[in-house]
Amino acid sequence: MDITNLFGFAVQQALGPTAIIYCLAAIGLNIHFGYTGLLNFGQAGFMLVAGYSIGGAVTIFGSSLWVGTVVGLLLCVGLALLLGVPTLRLRADYLAIVTIAAAEIIRQTVGAAAFSDTFGGQDGITDFIPGFRAANPYNGPIDLGIVSWGAYDAWVMTVGWALVAVCCVIVWLLMRSPWGRVLKSIREDENAVRSLGKNVYSYKMQALIIGGVIGGLAGFMTSLRSAAVGPSFFATDVTFFAYTALLIGGAARVLGPVLGAIVFWFLINFFGSFFSQATSGPDPLIPSWIMDSSQASIMRFILVGLGLMLLMIFRPQGILGDRRELAIDAR
Amino acid sequence: MPADASDSTTVEVQNETGVDIGAARRALGDVAHEPGSKKPDPIVVADGVRRMFGGLIAVDVEHVEIQRGVITALIGPNGAGKTTFFNLLTGFDRPDAGEWSFNGTSLGKVPAYKVARMGMVRTFQLTKVLSKLTVMENMRVGATGQKGEKLRSAMFAPLWRGQENANTERANGLLERFLLIKKKDDFAGSLSGGQRKLLEMARALMADPELVMLDEPMAGVNPALKQSLLGHVKSLRDEGRSVLFVEHDMDMVRDISDWVIVMAQGKIVAEGPPDAVMADQRVIDAYLGAHHDTDISEEQEEQILAAAEAEIAAKQEEPQ
Amino acid sequence: MHARPIRLAALLALLVTALVLTGGTVSAATASPATQAAASGAAAECALPKPTDDDTISILGRICDRREDPQVPVEGVDVTVEDDAGKVVGEATSGADGTFVVDLPGAAVSLLGKTFTVKINEDSLPEDTEPEVLTRKLPINLDNDVSVTFPIGAAGPGGTGFAAQALQLAVGGLVFSALLAMAALGLSMVFGTTGLTNFAHGELITFGALVALAIDRLPGTISIGGVEVTVIIGVIAAFVLGGAFGWLNDAALWRPLRRRGTGLIAMMIVSIGLSLFLRSVYQYIGGAQSQNYSQYAAVTPWEIGPVLLTPKELLVFLLAMGVLVVTTSLLQFTRIGKATRAVADNPALSSATGINVERVISLVWIGGTALAGLSGALLGLTQGFDYQIGFKILLLVFAAVVLGGLGTIWGAIVGAFIIGLFTELSTLFVPAEFKFVGALLLLIVVLLIRPQGLLGRAQRVG
Repeated sequence: MDITNLFGFAVQQALGPTAIIYCLAAIGLNIHFGYTGLLNFGQAGFMLVAGYSIGGAVTIFGSSLWVGTVVGLLLCVGLALLLGVPTLRLRADYLAIVTIAAAEIIRQTVGAAAFSDTFGGQDGITDFIPGFRAANPYNGPIDLGIVSWGAYDAWVMTVGWALVAVCCVIVWLLMRSPWGRVLKSIREDENAVRSLGKNVYSYKMQALIIGGVIGGLAGFMTSLRSAAVGPSFFATDVTFFAYTALLIGGAARVLGPVLGAIVFWFLINFFGSFFSQATSGPDPLIPSWIMDSSQASIMRFILVGLGLMLLMIFRPQGILGDRRELAIDAR
Repeated sequence: MPADASDSTTVEVQNETGVDIGAARRALGDVAHEPGSKKPDPIVVADGVRRMFGGLIAVDVEHVEIQRGVITALIGPNGAGKTTFFNLLTGFDRPDAGEWSFNGTSLGKVPAYKVARMGMVRTFQLTKVLSKLTVMENMRVGATGQKGEKLRSAMFAPLWRGQENANTERANGLLERFLLIKKKDDFAGSLSGGQRKLLEMARALMADPELVMLDEPMAGVNPALKQSLLGHVKSLRDEGRSVLFVEHDMDMVRDISDWVIVMAQGKIVAEGPPDAVMADQRVIDAYLGAHHDTDISEEQEEQILAAAEAEIAAKQEEPQ
Repeated sequence: MHARPIRLAALLALLVTALVLTGGTVSAATASPATQAAASGAAAECALPKPTDDDTISILGRICDRREDPQVPVEGVDVTVEDDAGKVVGEATSGADGTFVVDLPGAAVSLLGKTFTVKINEDSLPEDTEPEVLTRKLPINLDNDVSVTFPIGAAGPGGTGFAAQALQLAVGGLVFSALLAMAALGLSMVFGTTGLTNFAHGELITFGALVALAIDRLPGTISIGGVEVTVIIGVIAAFVLGGAFGWLNDAALWRPLRRRGTGLIAMMIVSIGLSLFLRSVYQYIGGAQSQNYSQYAAVTPWEIGPVLLTPKELLVFLLAMGVLVVTTSLLQFTRIGKATRAVADNPALSSATGINVERVISLVWIGGTALAGLSGALLGLTQGFDYQIGFKILLLVFAAVVLGGLGTIWGAIVGAFIIGLFTELSTLFVPAEFKFVGALLLLIVVLLIRPQGLLGRAQRVG
């Protein structure tokens, strides 16, 4: 087994385009769940709406990626309003159920054969990024010794990490303000906040919209990364993975989702290739009657599930969390 | 600053603004000791407020007025509907029927946060401090009309910093007064039960309310802290605010209230100054049951048992 | 206060009526082919072809002239079969006995959940005939051959084609509803007593299907008195082991978390981790491919009026309804059932009145998961095993529970029947691929109008 290679691959993935997607999705969820206490289980829905917008703008309407971006962000705002109106007055679990249901409604609808002329059915949309590709300033691959990325990936990463940086600054500015203080108060006890004269419903809606729009950015990155969008990119598990990333890093911390997404995607890839190497070859490390190569690819998801449970039980504050806050939870 | 907390006399006291705050109390002298009696200067007036839970009438108040500038106590046995009535007045619950007003403004469909903005701020029976925020942050949330709480100016600190500093200044003063200043950088979740009550009261004052509504301020507070809490409640009145509180602790009621309203089974059964009310037969009946001095016969016992069983059965049907 | 018992009684009456009606049709069902055959040998002339026991799904059809008695087969009619996207996937012409067979392309498992449209060409009909229906939609829910009938001539007692189609879909919907109701009851009971919104409930359903599959895959068969009962044993095992699995879930995970005072939202996220974990483990054990159970693969459907019903569907429905009736009776009338409802209403008060709340919760986990396991095993029996079988219907279970009112017993059942029937009947108006979408939209609309669900209580705010 080649340990250097294993690490190199995992690091390359952990800084690469897919980690950026989970990072942005988790930043959005951080505003929803970490700061405001809203359980949005439909982040994949926001991502899908935005991802299909830039694809659709080019292939359906023949306009530019920029138009698609604006449309995508507007649709995310619309989706947040649509989900928020019926559920933000209700208990937390209703929002969870409605958002997860809404994400699935959208996904099954755009993936339907009936709309395959417009959205490409299960195959999705492709061929919409020549404009983005043409703007690539890199001529060749970026090689940093043990890690290297192709020219296109490097371009996607540049845009992606720039977006992450901007989002982090915005979140930091917002959360140190009195506005952010109201959100955190709502997370603690919304009736107390109501009794102090704040319009809780309106604040929740604002949080839902901002987090959803950042989820939309994750959707843009998804379609740019793959140069395609399809319904399978936005399955329910994507939201759950983003939650895992958020909780690893630490909810209600500005850099929590960033660190969390990097660590999460590192571990996923590390275990992925570890088990794949351990089961391959003529004399595998793990005998094939215990695990064959197709089972090896499932191991990392078993570990994600287990990890999410243990994390939430034993270290809910994540890597960056405050120990003092935990002491209060224990009361 | 408020009058000395230990000053519990009813003699004429002048506060900073020079308003005669004893006048409101003296004016109560002429009010009839009857349920629903008219007050000379009411801050809250409620008419025909009814709230049902399933088939149970939780609140059915025909008419009640709360006098401005005094401490009014709302007492009654468990399940009398006091907290529900509180929730209705403050917009945390909607009645099935009825009208009520604050300072002459009808509060029919006004949401809770708007009620608070009008100057009617409440606390909760089970204290609601914001655990993972510091004591100081808790206080700052209480301030109303903050520019920094608007999304469009939140990101630009210079727009709200001045106001924030002023609020912090005010919060410091209040924390000093409520003896929490040493705790100001601790998480509110680390406070004791009594300290939480104090913080909740201080936080409510950040909104500068005209009427402070306290839901069982003494519940779960250790005896040592009770006296200081009593002093704080009285100091609210001496600042010219009106106070309405729900309480079980009769000593507290007798000690600090100027007027007492008694609820039983959702209705207001008696009103008057503390001493008069406590001697009232209707009140004693409400607390101890109408037949507390006669032995219950076996037959009656069976009737009561049957009624209780029917009620339980009816309640069990409800969840389905 | 009195409105509730009355509404309840009405619902109960409705359920019982439905049960009796289906019971009635059942006896008719068993009787009808036999009596028809006895009455006239000619009726057999225009009978459905025998299903084949192979890996492909075939559409078996017949075209009969109903104006004659006995019915006369119509020969030489051209038939085309189209898939969801409107692509023609098969063609046939009816033979001398009025029947036709179209084999659907692809493995049986890959066709599950799809809908095909069977069309007869009006021009190819004899000139003096009037077709009642020209097209029929066939959802493929089972892994066996599908039958379809095109009556020709004046409308019979079965009514128009639309009504017949609706009836057929309603039968499928009822079977699905009963399975959904068992799963929903478990979820709702756990929510009611512990407040946990369990996102891993889908995996409890899959657990049952997996147990039944494991028994089915054991070498050899189990027979009692010469009758092979492997699958029946599998279903019973799914129920029993499901209960044990529920106990394990509670004892190993949820009870310690409750003791620690873990918040409900934290528990919800733990349940998501559990869902991911279990689903991956199932995939590890069972593989990603769908698998079929050995028995009950090919059976001749009974024909009741215009409706076709397989013995398997009927068996599944009757078993599910029986279990539902028993469960609700237990909850309604036994001491422990009353204690359960008391805990669901107010755990603190129940504890104060001497009810052992932890014991009740433990029983609810056992009972709820046993029901979920049974539902999964029966679902697997009708659809084939898939490691995501429970996860796929999880949202529908949630929809049923929220629709009826979170934490209420009757709400879960009523919600399940509404959702189950709605998903099937909506295919009358929209393409079948949208049937789940429709049910989920229904959920959101209901939340808008009546957030506490149909039978739920409004929550006290403040």
